[in-house]
Amino acid sequence: MAWKKGKTDINRKNRKKNFPIVAVTYLFVAVFLAMMGYICQYAMSHRQEWMNNSYNGRQQMFSAQNARGTIYAGSGEVLAQTGTDSEGREIREYPYGNLFAHAVGYATHGRAGVEALGNYYLIQSNAPLSEKVSNEAAGTKHLGDDVYTTLDVRLQEVAYKAMGVYKGAIVVSEISTGKVLAMVSKPDFDPNEIETIWEELVEDKESGILLNRVTQGMYPPGSTFKIVTALEYIRENPDTYQNYSYSCNGSYSDGTDRINCYHGQSHGSEDFVKAFAKSCNAAFADIGVHLDRAAFQDTLDSLLFNKELPIQMIHNKSRIDLRQDSSNGEMMQVAIGQGTTGMSPIHLNMITNAVANKGSFMKPYILERVENSAGTVMKQFSPSSGPALMTEEEADSLRRLMQNVVEEGTASKLKGLSYTAAGKTGSAEYSNVKEESHAWFTGFAPAENPQISVTVIIEGAGSGGDYAVPIAKRIFDAYFEG
Amino acid sequence: MELYITELSKYVINLLMALYAYESFAVFRYKEESRRNGIYTRQNLLMLFIHFSCFMVICFETGDMSYLFFYAFQQIVLFATAVLFHLVYPRANRLIINNMCMLLSIGFVMLTRLSYERAVKQFVIVAISIAAAMVIPFFIHKLNFLKSLTWVYAAVGIVALAIVLILGRYTYGSKISFSVAGVTFQPSEIVKIIFVFFLASALCETTSFLRVCLTAAVAGVHVIILVVSKDLGSALIFFTVYVLMVFVATNNFLYLLAGIGGGSAAAAVAYRLFGHVQVRVQAWRDPWSEIDAGGYQITQSLFAISSGGWFGLGLFGGTPQSIPFVEADFIFSAVAEELGILFAMCLILVCISCFMMFMDISVKLKDRFYQLIAFGLGVTYIFQVFLTIGGGSKFIPLTGVTLPLVSYGGSSVLTTLVMFAVVEGLYMVRKDEETEEQRTGKGRKGKRAVRRKAEGMGKTDGMEER
Repeated sequence: MAWKKGKTDINRKNRKKNFPIVAVTYLFVAVFLAMMGYICQYAMSHRQEWMNNSYNGRQQMFSAQNARGTIYAGSGEVLAQTGTDSEGREIREYPYGNLFAHAVGYATHGRAGVEALGNYYLIQSNAPLSEKVSNEAAGTKHLGDDVYTTLDVRLQEVAYKAMGVYKGAIVVSEISTGKVLAMVSKPDFDPNEIETIWEELVEDKESGILLNRVTQGMYPPGSTFKIVTALEYIRENPDTYQNYSYSCNGSYSDGTDRINCYHGQSHGSEDFVKAFAKSCNAAFADIGVHLDRAAFQDTLDSLLFNKELPIQMIHNKSRIDLRQDSSNGEMMQVAIGQGTTGMSPIHLNMITNAVANKGSFMKPYILERVENSAGTVMKQFSPSSGPALMTEEEADSLRRLMQNVVEEGTASKLKGLSYTAAGKTGSAEYSNVKEESHAWFTGFAPAENPQISVTVIIEGAGSGGDYAVPIAKRIFDAYFEG
Repeated sequence: MELYITELSKYVINLLMALYAYESFAVFRYKEESRRNGIYTRQNLLMLFIHFSCFMVICFETGDMSYLFFYAFQQIVLFATAVLFHLVYPRANRLIINNMCMLLSIGFVMLTRLSYERAVKQFVIVAISIAAAMVIPFFIHKLNFLKSLTWVYAAVGIVALAIVLILGRYTYGSKISFSVAGVTFQPSEIVKIIFVFFLASALCETTSFLRVCLTAAVAGVHVIILVVSKDLGSALIFFTVYVLMVFVATNNFLYLLAGIGGGSAAAAVAYRLFGHVQVRVQAWRDPWSEIDAGGYQITQSLFAISSGGWFGLGLFGGTPQSIPFVEADFIFSAVAEELGILFAMCLILVCISCFMMFMDISVKLKDRFYQLIAFGLGVTYIFQVFLTIGGGSKFIPLTGVTLPLVSYGGSSVLTTLVMFAVVEGLYMVRKDEETEEQRTGKGRKGKRAVRRKAEGMGKTDGMEER
């Protein structure tokens, strides 16, 4: 059997000689497989984003083939549609005019609102083939896919009217899903006239009419921020925070820094629940000074401050400046939501929803589903949970504090109604004139079994309890009493 | 009616292409070429259907039935290639020829869609090149002195590249071509083959350190001329081929490590020295921040790849012409947009199938010289595919090379056809070796060889046995 040995020797020799070729072959095959996986993943996952890129000429291609689809409210009202003007040219019509200016947005001179979020679907047509065939025969465009939103026309109207002539923002959302039911930002514009008023709007740098204040507005949160400060205090003193006591004489001083209560009011002796309900600045300044800076930083991080929010809509990051070496004076300002802190109403609404929903919020969304022209559902957007902001116990503690704000505190205008409510008011000072403040309210109802939340800011109106709470009440009334 | 057909054809074309890609790997299951005949016939039929379906869509979309004439000419040439080649060289490998024709037909379809004029030009060049390439396997098979022309290859290669550097004209920033009597040549393409011949002949007898250094010097001259001409893609190909061929010839990992190290150092130096290298790398790292300048091409290419989805927008359904130089450098993106990402993936698989067959041939060749040539050409081919597809999809920085056989470009397609023909010649050399072995084995060892043959039956051709 000598030859057999000889053969394996040759084989081994050959194998050794050819090893580099085999190795290089496998290497290239592996690299190519990796590249193929990469191409599929990268290209398919960015399809929408890239289609919406203004440098992508395929948008023009699609709009030449398809008529932009219709945008509907949750119960089927038309919010935007493609029509023709007297000369037969294609125009975009917004039957509700100013009412949905920011929520639905516009589609010429760039895009905003749902027109931007749903652009990918609106410009494409998944119309049935038979319909496309007859369109081609008739020489007409295909009908683009339709987008159904979560918006509720009635709540939007109530919120819009309630804000009146003030500037500001209102957002109403469904707690169990994150559906945005209403979204109002003022000052506003009529999207039907966007072509003619565009120049004027762009040049007007002062009023920021095009800005959607719900997502892009940066306001000092004022006393609504006490929800956050209270959360941090509860975290640092989980068993003893109930024992907190303070005697308020209308202000708190630390060195030269001094914080006054709203209108210098003196709240007398108070515990934690009362300090929160009455929105006592002095007590919260006292709490703020004694908070652990590092732990507070962690809490703010987990509450998405200075971070991108998990929403599709164009938004600004809320900003807050808290450092290891923040002075007591700065901590006093931070604790009551003044100083350099800025928050968007949608962010405050998300934190409110987390309190109402056992510590984690559902991501706010506004696109409900996409249908083709024959009514077949092409895509259904489903609710998804955002990061947990707090534990269930913490959320429960805050919920009871906020309930007490209605029962005993600054939001008493929501007391004794057919439904129960919980919330927090704020009167955020934004200039050196002490008398001027933005009126805030954020809260939810019913208090025990929350269904919807409302976040309101009315610019320069005065105190939250007097100006923002009544607006929230009208929205809750409309929702619960029909 | 036409709309039904064009819509349906998207799925049909993708399905057929997937089947083709499957068959091009199924080939490797069988060791004997004779047992693969069924596969090859199926491949030819699939090719015919895909090609025809694509042209039918083109006719419907443009409403111009005269495209069918062009189609007929293409079909005749491709079919004649597949059939004639088999007749002239009955012992040739048909997978390589089939894949070659498949890739050419995809190229014809895409070029016809992008620019009819260029497609016709390309078609003429391909027809002539194929005719010329037909004789190459014979010469490779019969000419024995090819091994001894080492320094001739080196001289021809360097002189050809140097001529471009001196006489060439700049096209879009790089000096890669020159014109004689109205015909534009891109010598770096054909030098790729000559370079592989040089390395194979220089390294097949001895792989002493001195010899490796000598080849390194010659390779270095090639690469430096190309870098100075700003033809970075080709420079990279020459360098990679050199390093890998030395690795195979010496069977020494140290040379591979030294090559990788030296290459990295050279890349770092080039990055610092040349502005255009920095521009390319920057455009790769973040094309979005300079979307209207350095990042324009790559972002347009990405838009194209992603816009078609799995099944594509259909021929004439997209806007691939928005990518600058789409016919040459970004044909893959155009394929992905209009024929679909699935189709594009199958296209890559067909390229890999070619490469694996090249490597299979290389592994089995006994003669070192031929073995190195097969290996070198395989690497040249697949690395170029990698550069163009990887560059167009932002997997690696863009270098601007063509997709062999598919892209527009006469020098490129001629070179690739020659390359494939050379490999066919090598395949025949290997078949000779096998017969020789069997005959001498039988004469000398009698009974044993018969037994050995019996044992070896069914595993003489596979990738498994090395």
